[in-house]
Amino acid sequence: MLALLCAIYAATVSLSVARSDRLKWVDSARNAAIAVWPLLTFACFCMTYLLINERFEIEYVARVSSHAMPWYLKATALWGGQAGSLLFWAWLMSTYTALVMLRNWHNERDMQPFVIASTMTTLAFFIGLNVFVENPFTKLWIDQSGHIQASFLAPPGAKPFVPNDGQGLNPLLRHPGMIIHPPMLYLGFVGFVVPYSFAIAALAIGRTDNLWIRVTRRWTLIAWLFLSLGLLLGSRWAYDVLGWGGYWGWDPVEIAAFMPWLTGTAFLHSVMIQEKLGMFKRWNMILIILTYALVIFGTFLTRSGVLSSVHAFALSAIGPLFFVFIGITFTISLTLLFKGWNRLDSENILTSWLSREGLFLLNNLLFMGILLACFWGVIYPIISELVTGQKVTVGPPFYERTTGPQFAALLLLMGIAPLTAWRVTTARRLGKIIWKPTVFSLIFPVYALTTGTTNAVALLSLWLAAFVLCVTLYEFYRGASARRKATGGNLLSSLWNMIARNRRRYGGYVIHLGVIFMAVGIIGIEMFQAETQGTLAYGEQINIENYVMIYNKIEEFDTEDNRRVTRAIVSVYKDDKFVAELYPRRDFYVDSQQPMTIPGLYSTLEGDFYVLLVDWKPIGTESATFKIYLNPLMNWLWFGGFIFILGTLVAAWPNRGPSLYRQSTSLSVNPPDIVL
Amino acid sequence: MFRLLASTGITSLLIFYCFGEVSAQDAQPSDDEVNTIAKQLYCPVCENVPLDVCGTKACAQWRDDISDKLADGWNEEQIKQYFSDRYGIRVLAHPPTQGFNMLFWLLPPVSIIIAWFLVLRTNHNIFRKKHMYKQSIAKQVRAEEYIGQLENDLEQWR
Repeated sequence: MLALLCAIYAATVSLSVARSDRLKWVDSARNAAIAVWPLLTFACFCMTYLLINERFEIEYVARVSSHAMPWYLKATALWGGQAGSLLFWAWLMSTYTALVMLRNWHNERDMQPFVIASTMTTLAFFIGLNVFVENPFTKLWIDQSGHIQASFLAPPGAKPFVPNDGQGLNPLLRHPGMIIHPPMLYLGFVGFVVPYSFAIAALAIGRTDNLWIRVTRRWTLIAWLFLSLGLLLGSRWAYDVLGWGGYWGWDPVEIAAFMPWLTGTAFLHSVMIQEKLGMFKRWNMILIILTYALVIFGTFLTRSGVLSSVHAFALSAIGPLFFVFIGITFTISLTLLFKGWNRLDSENILTSWLSREGLFLLNNLLFMGILLACFWGVIYPIISELVTGQKVTVGPPFYERTTGPQFAALLLLMGIAPLTAWRVTTARRLGKIIWKPTVFSLIFPVYALTTGTTNAVALLSLWLAAFVLCVTLYEFYRGASARRKATGGNLLSSLWNMIARNRRRYGGYVIHLGVIFMAVGIIGIEMFQAETQGTLAYGEQINIENYVMIYNKIEEFDTEDNRRVTRAIVSVYKDDKFVAELYPRRDFYVDSQQPMTIPGLYSTLEGDFYVLLVDWKPIGTESATFKIYLNPLMNWLWFGGFIFILGTLVAAWPNRGPSLYRQSTSLSVNPPDIVL
Repeated sequence: MFRLLASTGITSLLIFYCFGEVSAQDAQPSDDEVNTIAKQLYCPVCENVPLDVCGTKACAQWRDDISDKLADGWNEEQIKQYFSDRYGIRVLAHPPTQGFNMLFWLLPPVSIIIAWFLVLRTNHNIFRKKHMYKQSIAKQVRAEEYIGQLENDLEQWR
C-alpha cells in the first residue's frame, strides 16, 4: 500500500510541476519513485519467507507450495501464480525505475518529470492490481459453518484456517527452467518501460533530437537481451518437458512474448538511422510505443484468461482492468505522437533503396509484417467468437506459412545490408563486394544435394543461412585485415582490437552469427524432423531412419518429493553401433494427481534422438508405447542462442576510453568506426 | 438336400471367418498413420494442443476413432471433415476459407500490400529527385578519400 502511495505521489507531483521550474518538487517525486523499490523488496522478501517456511494460512502459499517441494522451488513459487508473479513483476520494474532515477539528470532535466510520470503510472497500475485485486497476502479463514474463504481481513465470526499441506506448483513448473525463465522474461518486459518513458517525455516536451535514444540505448539493449534470453530459455524448457519433441509451438502466450521482441528488434536497428542521418524519427516513436503496448497486451493475454494455453494463468478479474489500462496508455501515446507528427520530419530523405537506410526501411516493414501475422493469429479466435459465436483454432501451419518467407527475407537483408553504404550504393559496387561470399556460400547447398537433400525450400534456406554466414565472416575478415595493414599486428589481435573499438557494430555482427546458427537449427528440425510411435514388449525394437531402439526394462519407484516414477530403460543404436542408454520416464505427482513425461535424449551436433514414454497407453513389462523424434541440427539452435547472447553482451559493453559523438550529416558514406 | 445346404452354410461360414479375419488384420492402421491425421486436429477441451500429443481420455478416444475410420477405409479429408462436422471448426488447425473466416485469410496479405504501397508512395521522391544527387555522389567520393586520410592520421596519432 505504501509503495502504491509513493508511486501515485511521484506520478501526480511530477506531472503537475512538469513545465515549471519547481525542481524541488521534481526531486521529491524522484525520491518517492526511488522509495518504491525498498518497499516492494520488503514485500517480496516477506512472501519468499512465507513460501519457504510453508505458511499455508496464506492463501497464495497454500496454492503454489507444498511440503514435498524442494526449497528452491518453494522460493521460485513467488512467481508461480498470478498474485505472486504480479508482485515480482512490480518489484523488477521498481528496480529498473530506481536505477533510472539514480542516474545523473543534468542534461535531461526537462524530460525528467515526464519520465517519472510515465514509469510511476505503469508501476502504480501493477502495484494497484496487487493491492486491490490479486493480493498475495490474503489469508485463509474458516467460518462457523465450515466454509473456507480467502480475504485480507478476517470475516466476521471466522477463524484462521491452516491447511495441512499446500497444493504445490503445477508439475510443468517444477523444473530448473522455472528458476530462470520467468525472471528473464519479466526483466525484458519491464525494461522496455524505460525507453518508452523517455520517448513519451521527448514527445511531451517537443524534443526532436536524438537525446532520448542516446540516453536509453543501453537500457533498451539490456531489456532486449533479457527478453531474448527469456524466449530462448522458454524454448529449451518446452523442449525438455512439454513432451511433443519441439521447442516452439506457436502457442498464443509464446507469441504474446514474441511480439514485443519483434518490435524491439526493429527499434534497435531503426534508431541507428536516426542517430546517423536524422531519419526514421516517426518510425522509432511508433516502434517503441508499439513495444510498450505489446508488453502490456501480452501481460493481459497471459493473465486475463482470455486465451487458453499451457503458459496462461487461470481466468482472472484483472482482464478488464488491463484492457482499460492498455486503452488509456495507447490513446495518450498516439495523441502525443500525432500532436508532434510534423515536428518529427526527417532531416534527410531516402535517396536509394540500395542504401543502408533503404534496406533498414525494408527491415522495418518485414518485422511489421511478421508482427501483423502473429497479432492477427492470436486475436482472430477472440474476434471470431465475439462476432460469430464460433470458436476457431489458429495453429502452427498458419504462422509458418505467413512468417516463414518474411523471416527468409530478413535473413537475406542481414546478408546484404552490412555491405551497403549510407545514402547510396551502386549495384556494381555491391556486386564487387558480395560475389566472393556468394560463391563460397554455394558450397553448402551443393554439399546438402550430394547427401541426398532434394527439398527445394530446404536447399534455398540452407543457402540463405550460408550466404549470411559468409558475408558476416567476410566483414570480420575485411575489417581485421585493414586494421592489420594499418597497425602491423597479427590478424587475431587486429580482430580483437577491432571488436573492442567498435563493440556496437561488431557485437551486432556476432548477434547475426548467432541468428544464423539458430536458423540452421530451425531449418533442421522444421524441414527434416522424423517421428514414429510404436508399442514394444521387452526385447523388441523399433526403427527410425538409421536408428534402432530396443526396449530393455521398466522400473517403478517413489521419490522423496512424492512422485511416482515409471522409468523405461532403452538402448539406442545408430548404424548398428550402440550409442546410448536412455531413460524416458513418466512422473506422477501424487499431491496434484498430475503426470508429466520426461524424454530420454541423445544429443549430438548432428541432431537429437528424442524418445518419450507415451503415458496414455499401458506401461508395463508386457508392453510400453514409445514416441521417437529425430530432430536434425537441433543443438545449433541452442549454440546459436549462446552466441546471440554473447553478441548482445559485447554490443552493450561500454567502450573503453573517451568517446566522441558526431552530429548527423547529410553526406556520409560508410562512416568510420570512430565517433566524432 | 439338407446335407447340401448344411455343407454350403458351413463352407460359407469358414470362408467368411478366414477372409473376414485377414481383412481386419490388414486394415489395422499403425500409430504413425493415426498420428499423421491426429497432428492436424486440435483438442477442443485443452485448447491449442494437437491431438497427437494430448493425454486426456477424450483425446485418446478420438485417436481410437481415427484408427477405426482408417481401418474402415476413410481417407484423411473425410476424417477431418467428420470431426469438424461433429465438434466444430475449432478442431481444425486453421479456420476454413469460407464465410466470415475469409477475413482471416485476406486481411494479412491485403494489409501488407497496402503498407508497402504507402511506404513506396511516401518515398516516391527517390525517383523524382535522384538526379539531384548525382553531384552529391561525386562529393561522397571525395569525402571517402578524405575520411580514409583522416583515419590514417588518427591511427598514427594513437
